[in-house]
Amino acid sequence: MRQLMLGNAAVARGMYEAGCAIISSYPGTPSTEITEEAAKYSEIYCEWAPNEKVALEVAHGATLAGRRAGCAMKHVGLNVAADPLFTISYQGVNAGLVICVADDPGMHSSQNEQDSRHYAAAAKVPMLEPADSEEARVFAKRAFELSERFNTPVFLKMCTRVAHAQSVVEPGERTVPAQAPYVKDPTKVMMTVNSRNAHARVERRTLELIEYAETCDLNRVEMGDTKLGIITSSTSYQYAREVFGPGASILKLGLVWPLPEKLILDFAAKVDRLIVLEELDPVIEGHCKKLGLQVSGKDLFPICGEFSQNLVRECVGLDTPRFLTIPDPIPPRPPVMCAGCPHRGIFYILNKLHCMVYGDIGCYTLGALAPLNAMDLNVCMGASCSGLHGFNLAMGRAGESRSVGVIGDSTFIHSGMTGICDIAYNQTNSTVIILDNSITGMTGHQQNPTTGKNLRGEPAGKVDLEALCRALGFERVTVVDPYDLAAVERVVREELAADAPSIIISRRPCVMIKGTVHKPPITADTDRCVGCEMCMQIGCPAISVENGTVRIDPTLCVGCGVCAQMCDMGVLDGGAK
Amino acid sequence: MTGNIMIVGVGGQGTLLASKLLGHVLLEQGYDVKVSEVHGMSQRGGSVVTYVRYGEKVASPVIDRGEADFIVSFELLEAARWLPYLKPQGQIVTSTQRLEPMPVITGAAEYPDRLVEKLRAAGAKVDALDCLALAERAGSAKAVNIVLMGRLSHYFGMDESLWLSAIEQVVPPKFLELNKRAFALGKNA
Repeated sequence: MRQLMLGNAAVARGMYEAGCAIISSYPGTPSTEITEEAAKYSEIYCEWAPNEKVALEVAHGATLAGRRAGCAMKHVGLNVAADPLFTISYQGVNAGLVICVADDPGMHSSQNEQDSRHYAAAAKVPMLEPADSEEARVFAKRAFELSERFNTPVFLKMCTRVAHAQSVVEPGERTVPAQAPYVKDPTKVMMTVNSRNAHARVERRTLELIEYAETCDLNRVEMGDTKLGIITSSTSYQYAREVFGPGASILKLGLVWPLPEKLILDFAAKVDRLIVLEELDPVIEGHCKKLGLQVSGKDLFPICGEFSQNLVRECVGLDTPRFLTIPDPIPPRPPVMCAGCPHRGIFYILNKLHCMVYGDIGCYTLGALAPLNAMDLNVCMGASCSGLHGFNLAMGRAGESRSVGVIGDSTFIHSGMTGICDIAYNQTNSTVIILDNSITGMTGHQQNPTTGKNLRGEPAGKVDLEALCRALGFERVTVVDPYDLAAVERVVREELAADAPSIIISRRPCVMIKGTVHKPPITADTDRCVGCEMCMQIGCPAISVENGTVRIDPTLCVGCGVCAQMCDMGVLDGGAK
Repeated sequence: MTGNIMIVGVGGQGTLLASKLLGHVLLEQGYDVKVSEVHGMSQRGGSVVTYVRYGEKVASPVIDRGEADFIVSFELLEAARWLPYLKPQGQIVTSTQRLEPMPVITGAAEYPDRLVEKLRAAGAKVDALDCLALAERAGSAKAVNIVLMGRLSHYFGMDESLWLSAIEQVVPPKFLELNKRAFALGKNA
């Protein structure tokens, strides 16, 4: 039955229909729903792994044992999984292995906009790129078939506008292939002569894949008017159809690595002018130029950011629609930390103490925004720990006494552990604050190894953060409640002054976790309010000042009581202290 | 011809349920439909937008400046923010609710006044109503999304039963009557 389906849900559907048995992933926007939706099929075992490298190794291990398996990650997650990727490409699979990777052109929820297609070329792993949900479903199945036919992992590449768009899908039935037997094969040990032979096999495989790309139905030519030919893929194909209409000539690529040669040359020969429409880097364009074709691409369209129909119209000199405006400036509405967010108290104190804050990846990146202004730096998952160690190596005591790393519980398990291991092993007096809110927040509340629950919310193993930090070599491990501003300030001051590396665990569950019992909203005793606006310094969306008097929005306030600790006049005492 | 409807508001206001309902209704009518939204960072109280497109065959998943037939807005400032996306002859359906963004709360920016008048002065057709009050009258402040959909339905010739059966599919049974009331209040406002 035809139904509307999110691109990511369609990938999960395709994996289900392909008989995929095991999925291991680390959440990351815009890829997270692939695994969450797959978990709704009881036939697929799904788990959250500590990071993407682990997830890929788990999925590959499952395919070696003969079951179809996959993993899903965002583009930067693929950097983490790159180490196993390159050698899995050599070693091959024993059942289909599909790696879903979701790019984020425009960086709606990412720290960079790298183009994952380079990984396909670098690791010599074929990459399929759907343009809507139905293709996502079909390509997921095809990816498993290709993986087994060519003995290689296969990428299924999504982007935000395919992953997070719903379009019409016609689901099919699930077919489960028989489990392939595991047979010990000495050539599977990737060393010396085996690796050399494997590399040669990969090069032969690439030639076979190029041959396949010439005629496979993943790539298709839609001939129309021959004045202009457009080579494109993914969501850019949709913009091309939107702008140039049903009569345009388009070579739509579904297999974006390796790229065909004869198919492209034949298409080019049939049209007067050739353009390549692709977001981010000129990958297809570069290929065309290597084939000696005269082609327009990044001379017309930008490398940075995502496309839209108006952007394409402007770049090719077509008119864009007229639109209305009002003269008033429209204030931006950036995302904010939720009312009652346990991170707020930490960032307020770090800002108050003028700390250098090396942040990390998660909701708490919002601590960088006004009025908290409590983040100096961030790079990638885990850099708050290792980057801080390097900073303090160069800065010495002047750095150690005023700098902190700040990292969430899930990110800490992902790749903060190794960073603090370096701090303890090589001994800088660095201070790392683990924001333990018992959930992976930013990506929409996934469980992780510190929460004691698995992906399905069932009881699971649980990392003891205090014991882990002590085992890694920290003698100073302090737990603090971030709702208690005085305690937070005291502990941060003590640990910055200490002559040893330290870990502060700020522990409070995310207020958005389902089932969390909140205190009643704060009631403001407005008669006592003098309008000093001290309470405004914590940037809580539930607090505003109207006509010189504080107002608490009772629909947002969860009674955390942090604002009451800011108020010397006792206006906000009607809540938790 | 492709029909374009934008649903705009503030993260957490329930825009996703509204687009789900609309998607169901349009699919049921036999249209090709695409519904796009961005997840992640913007969910945390930021400005959110969902694009709903329908027609014989829909290509682009997004709506661009000057293309929307309707902007359905949960909040006045958001209606103003997305005004350039409306076709010059397009229709805005908006709740009159005001939610101050953080730069306004901290005093770094001002919330523009008389927005409905200014939107009309710019040339837009504006249907502004207090959806929060109507939702509360229906039984829950959370039903603003269904009130707005009821109001939007007022502009379509489709049979009301289509909308009501779509509501049955997207809301839990125990909230069904409440949401039907909210829909009717919006439609007849």
